[in-house]
Amino acid sequence: MSLDIATVRRIAALARIRLEEGELAQAQAELNGILGWIEQLQAVNTEGVEPMAGGGAVALRPRPDAVTDGGIADKILANAPDRQGEYFGVPKVVE
Amino acid sequence: MHPTDFTLRGAIDALNEGVISSVELTTAHLDAIAALNPRLNAYITVTGEQALEQARASDARRKEGVTGPLEGVPLAIKDLFCTAGTLTTAGSRILGNFTPPYESTVSGNLLRDGAVFLGKANLDEFAMGSSNTTSASGPVENPWSRANDPDTRLVPGGSSGGSAAAVAARLALGATATDTGGSIRQPAAFCGIAGIKPTYGRCSRFGIVAFASSLDQAGPVARTVEDCAILLKSMAGFDPKDSTSADMPVPDFAAACARGVKGLRIGVPKEYRLEGTPPEIEALWEQGLAWLRAQGAEMVEISLPHTQYALPTYYIVAPAEASSNLARYDGVRFGLRVTEPGSDLRDLYERTRAQGFGAEVRRRILIGTYVLSAGYYDAYYLKAQKIRALIKRDFDEAFAKVDAIVTPATPSAAFGMDEKQDDPVKMYLNDVFTVTANLAGLPGLAVPAGLDAQGLPLGLQVIGKAFDEETVFAVGTAIEQAANFTALPRLRAGA
Amino acid sequence: MTYVIEGRTGPWEVVIGLEVHAQVTSQAKLFSGAATEFGAAPNSQVSFVDAGFPGMLPVINQECVAQAVRTGLGLKAEIHLWSRFDRKNYFYADLPQGYQISQFAHPIVGTGTVEITLADGSTKQIDITRLHLEQDAGKSLHDQHPSKSFIDLNRSGVALMEIVSEPDMRSPEEAGAYLTKLRQILRYLGTCDGNMDEGSMRADVNVSVRKPGEGFRTRCEVKNVNSIRFVMQAVEAEARRQIEVWEEGGAVEQETRLFDTGRGVTRSMRSKEDAHDYRYFPDPDLPPLVLEADWVESLKASLPELPDERRARYVAMGLSPYDAHVLTLERETAAFFEAVAKGRDAKTVANWVTGDFFAALNRTGLGVEESPVSAAALGELLDLIADKTINGKIAKDVLAIMFETGERPGAIVDARGLRQVVDTGAIEAAIARVMEANADKVAEYRSGKDKLFGFFVGQVMKAMQGKGNPALVNEVLKQKLA
Ligand SMILES: [Mg+2]
Ligand SMILES: [Zn+2]
Repeated sequence: MSLDIATVRRIAALARIRLEEGELAQAQAELNGILGWIEQLQAVNTEGVEPMAGGGAVALRPRPDAVTDGGIADKILANAPDRQGEYFGVPKVVE
Repeated sequence: MHPTDFTLRGAIDALNEGVISSVELTTAHLDAIAALNPRLNAYITVTGEQALEQARASDARRKEGVTGPLEGVPLAIKDLFCTAGTLTTAGSRILGNFTPPYESTVSGNLLRDGAVFLGKANLDEFAMGSSNTTSASGPVENPWSRANDPDTRLVPGGSSGGSAAAVAARLALGATATDTGGSIRQPAAFCGIAGIKPTYGRCSRFGIVAFASSLDQAGPVARTVEDCAILLKSMAGFDPKDSTSADMPVPDFAAACARGVKGLRIGVPKEYRLEGTPPEIEALWEQGLAWLRAQGAEMVEISLPHTQYALPTYYIVAPAEASSNLARYDGVRFGLRVTEPGSDLRDLYERTRAQGFGAEVRRRILIGTYVLSAGYYDAYYLKAQKIRALIKRDFDEAFAKVDAIVTPATPSAAFGMDEKQDDPVKMYLNDVFTVTANLAGLPGLAVPAGLDAQGLPLGLQVIGKAFDEETVFAVGTAIEQAANFTALPRLRAGA
Repeated sequence: MTYVIEGRTGPWEVVIGLEVHAQVTSQAKLFSGAATEFGAAPNSQVSFVDAGFPGMLPVINQECVAQAVRTGLGLKAEIHLWSRFDRKNYFYADLPQGYQISQFAHPIVGTGTVEITLADGSTKQIDITRLHLEQDAGKSLHDQHPSKSFIDLNRSGVALMEIVSEPDMRSPEEAGAYLTKLRQILRYLGTCDGNMDEGSMRADVNVSVRKPGEGFRTRCEVKNVNSIRFVMQAVEAEARRQIEVWEEGGAVEQETRLFDTGRGVTRSMRSKEDAHDYRYFPDPDLPPLVLEADWVESLKASLPELPDERRARYVAMGLSPYDAHVLTLERETAAFFEAVAKGRDAKTVANWVTGDFFAALNRTGLGVEESPVSAAALGELLDLIADKTINGKIAKDVLAIMFETGERPGAIVDARGLRQVVDTGAIEAAIARVMEANADKVAEYRSGKDKLFGFFVGQVMKAMQGKGNPALVNEVLKQKLA
C-alpha cells in the first residue's frame, strides 16, 4: 500500500498538522519509505491470534465514587495561551 | 576523590557516614554541570537554587535523624516527567513554556525518599528517537569519543540521551529515564552506564508525558547495576492513579544484585544473530555468555521466531498510540499557540502543531494517524497487535525453559551526530535488540560490558520474566563484575 | 394505525431510531474525582485529567459502572461481563484530550427492549441495540465575545450512557413515547435524573423516510435535541424535508443536522461536515472492564420496582389502568401514593391523589416532592372522612386549607368547627326549617316531581354549613318528605 499525495493531504488534515504544498512530496516519500518497510508484516500468519492491546493489569480497578479533585480553576487556566476570565479562549467556532 | 566520582551507593554511604553533606555533593554536581553542560547539553533546565534548597533541607533532616533511602542524593530527571513548578518541555517546542502544577508519581517517589533534583535532562522530542538529536533544546553530545577521531561528536543515544550523558559525565549520580522501544537501554549502552526498563506496570506512568501508553515505562540509569537497583526500588510501586500500574510488592532489588548466577539457565536467542552486526558486538556477546558460564550459569539456545517483525510492529503500535496521545497538544489549554490574523480554530490547530512539533514527531503522528484510519486499521494496527501477541508468546515459551535471556544491547556503538539522519528506517534499527521487551512488557537491563576498537562502550542486555527484575539484576551484576568496566569518557567532571 | 405523511407523490412512512445520551447520576466523573454537579462556576469542576494535561491518566469510577449495569438490567438487556474502552479521535475545542473515551467495539450492555404505550392505549416494543459508557465533552460558549468562543470544561469527563435504539419507531408520537418511557425508567432506577433542561438527557435523532413497503432509505442524524417535544418536532420537520428532497428528484445525503427550535427546521451542521474518521482503537491507558457475575446479580437483586411492574401491581390493587399509569409516571408520585395508600383503601386514595391533590399541586406549580401536604397529612385527611369526622365535601375545603397553611387536617377541622353533624335531632331541625321555607317545593315534590330531592339536600347542607353527614341527611330527608 503506497500513499498518494491526496492521502497524505487527508492524513495531515486528520492529524491537524499543516503541510505546505511544497512539503507534500517529501512527506509522501518518507511515509512510503516507512510503510514499505512495515509491509513485511503481511507475511506473518496471524490467523486465530488474539490481538494484544497492552501490558499491565488484566482488568480495570475501579475507584470509589467520591469528589476528590477539582476546585482548581486557576491552576487549570494558568498555562492557557488565551485565558478569557474563567474560560479558555479560542477563535469563534461556527456550528 | 572528587565528589562527583561517587557511585550512588558510595554517595549514600558517604552521606550516612558524615563524610560529605548533601550540600557539598549537590554543589559539586552543580559546578560540574556549569562547566560541562554548555558543551554536552545534557540538561534542558538546571534547578540549582532549588537543588541547594533541597540539599540543605536534606542535611537538616539527617541531623534530625530522618534519612530516606535516597537522602540527599542529587539526581537528574528526564524532562518527560512532570515536576511541580518546574518547566517540563518533553524536548518539544509545543511545551516550551509549560510548567506543570503537579508532580509525576515516579519523581514524587524519589522526593519522598530524600532525593535532590539537579534539573531536567534533555531527551528526544516526546521521547521519539534513538540519538537525542530531535530535541527542541538541541542535541545532546555523548561524553565519549572515538580514540582515533576525538573531534567527531557522537550521539548519546536516545531518547534518554540527556539522562545517560549526564550520568556518564558525572553531572548526576543517577537519573530517571523512560523506555518505549529502547530509550533507556540504548543510551545507557552508548554512554557506558547501566539502565533498566522494568516490567510494564512496575513504575507508575502518572505524570509522565505519554508517548505510547502500552509501551512506555520509566526506569533509572546509573553508573552501576546496583545503583539502578537502588533507584528502581524508590521509583517503582503500585499507583492507583495509573490503571495499568501493577499492584505488586516491590522487592529489595539491590539485595538481589548479589545473588549470583549459579544454576541459572540463560537463554541465547538464535534470531538475535543478525546479519551485519559488527564482529566486536558478536564477540562481546560470546564473552558475556562465557563470563556467566564461568560463574555457574547454563547457556540454553532459544528461539524467538518473531523477532524480525518486532521493529515494524513497534513502528505501527507506537505511532498509532502517539498520534492519539499527542492530540492534546492543540494550543488551547497549555503550551504553544500559533495563529495568523484571521485564523479559525482549525487553522490554529494546524499551525500550532506544524510549528510546535519537530519533523520526527510529525512523521510519527502522520504514520500513526494513517495506520488507524478507516480502511487501514485491520491491515496495520490490528495486524501489529496480533504479531505483538505472537512476540509475547515467543517469550512465554522461552521463559518456560530459561530464567533470563542475554543479548547485545545495541547493534552498534555510538555514532556521529551527522550519521544515520537521512533515513528514518535506518535510525529505527538502533532499537532492534531492545524493542521486543517493550512489546512483551518484560524487564530489560543494559550493562556496560566492553569497548569497541574505537574505545567506545558496548553493552549487553539482560531480559527477564515479567516482574522478575531480581534475576535480571543478579545476571547484570555478574556480567558487570566479570567485565570490570573501568573505562571513562573523555568529557567528565573532575577530568 | 400507521402514521404517514402525505406527499405530492403519495404517502410516506417515517423511520426513527434514537441515540440518547443520559448523564449518569454520580458524585464524581467517569475517570476523575472532579464533581458533576450542574451550574458550578466555569472550570471549577475540572481536574487535570479532565483538561487533558500531559501525563494525566484515567481511573474508572465504580458507581458509574454500577449505574450502567443497573440501567442495562432495567432495559432487560444483556450485561457484558467483559467490555472495553476505546478512543474516538477527533479535534474539537471542548474535547481536551483530542479523543473521547467511549466503548465502540465492546459495550458494557447489549440488546434490550422498552415497551411504550401510545395514546390509543396500544403498546409497542422498541428494541435497544446497546448501551455504552463514555465521557462527556466540555461546553463552548459562542455568545460571550465578538470573535472568540469560550470553553468551560466542567462537563468534560462526566459519565454518559449512550443508549442506542433500533430504528423501530414510526411516528413522532412513538419517538416521544419512547423517550418519555426511557426517561421514566432511568429516573426510577436513579441512574440519570432525566433533567433535560440541564442537558442530563439529549437525543440524537436518526430519521429516514420511505414509501410503504420499501426497505430503508438514507438517514440523517439530528444532533443533540434536548426536549421530548423538540424530538417530536424534529422528526416531523426532518421527515418533511427529506420527502421534499426525494419528491423533487433529489437524493437525501447522509449527514449530521441540527434542529433549529426557533424556526422549527433542521439545518446542516457545517462544522461536522469534515469527513469523519474517528480512528477508534482500544485505549491503552485502560485495561478491559471485567465484571463479576455475582456483583451483577447483587445489583439485579437490589433493583427498584420498575414502572411497568408497578403499574401492573396497581391495577391488581383495583386501580383503573389510567390511574395506575398516571401514578407511576414519576417514581416520586408512586412513592407518595403508596405512602398514603398504606393501610387505606387504594382506590379511594388513588382518586384523591389523582384528583384534588394533583389539581392543588398544579395550581401551586409544585412537584410531589415539594408538596406542602405530606403523604401522612393527606392520609390523616382521608381517615377523617373514613371515620365520618368530616364529609367528602368539607374534606376538599380542608385540603385547600392544608395546601395554604400547611396545617394538619385534624387541627383545621377542630379550629374551624368543621366536624360533620351526625346528630339526627340537628338534622331534623334543619330539615324542618328548609321545608317550612319552601312549602311550595314540598308540595311539588310530593305531587311527583322527584328530582327536587337534590334541591332539598343542597338546602339542608347549606343550612348546616356543609357539615351534615350526607347519608344521614338523605335518609332523614326521605322520611320527612314522604
Ligand atoms: Mg451519536
Ligand atoms: Zn456518544
